[in-house]
Amino acid sequence: MRIPILKLHDYLLISVQVELDDQTALQFQEDVLEKIHEEGSRGVVIDLTSVEMIDSFIAKVLGDVVDMSNLMGAKVVLTGIQPAVAITLIDMGIVLDEVPTALDLEQGLERLQLELEG
Amino acid sequence: MQVQTHVDIHSEWGIVAARQAGRKLAREIGFGSVDQARITTAISELARNIYLYANRGQIKIEEVTASGKRGIKIIAVDEGPGIKDLRRVMEDGFTTSGGLGAGLPGVKRLMDDFNLHSELNEGTTITATKWLR
Repeated sequence: MRIPILKLHDYLLISVQVELDDQTALQFQEDVLEKIHEEGSRGVVIDLTSVEMIDSFIAKVLGDVVDMSNLMGAKVVLTGIQPAVAITLIDMGIVLDEVPTALDLEQGLERLQLELEG
Repeated sequence: MQVQTHVDIHSEWGIVAARQAGRKLAREIGFGSVDQARITTAISELARNIYLYANRGQIKIEEVTASGKRGIKIIAVDEGPGIKDLRRVMEDGFTTSGGLGAGLPGVKRLMDDFNLHSELNEGTTITATKWLR
């Protein structure tokens, strides 16, 4: 299964709408990096509004995508993390610090713009 | 007879199947969305451990009642190599697979009751229960 990645000017927009199995998550990681390289994207918004569960593996994959994209010179913002997901992650002791987040896609794009201009 | 589901874990798809079965039963029992996420995440961690370390095993999910309370019980069983260092495996950040090391201590915190039994070269059984409040 592949997660579609949309291009909007200098940005990539991704809305994760499928139940993430390990393989899909790893494929997604690779696809995002390839797409950044291909399009010369400066920023990426990954919207997680439809994601009902993030376990330690998926959290690691997401954190790695952020770090890997940073290495390539692109900023990533995670948006739309559900209350239940946020509570579960903190319960588990998983802290995605240094990962930029925003409430929704719109605010995510604003945050990217600020980070890239500032 | 109370509801019981068995999911065989021998591929990554088993992890997803166990997760979905757990969420369905948790919802039926009446758990809210936050507890549903906790239960589903705990199942995901236990199923992945089976797949990573024992290659195959089983996740059993059942409804339980005790002193008037309803709950959901997850039993993860494998006949894998067993856990060498039981104390370290419950430490935050300890990992032998390159993961975050949040798995088992995380499951313990997500659920209300947690029990781990492991014999070297024989296998591991982990039982975790969440009670409806």
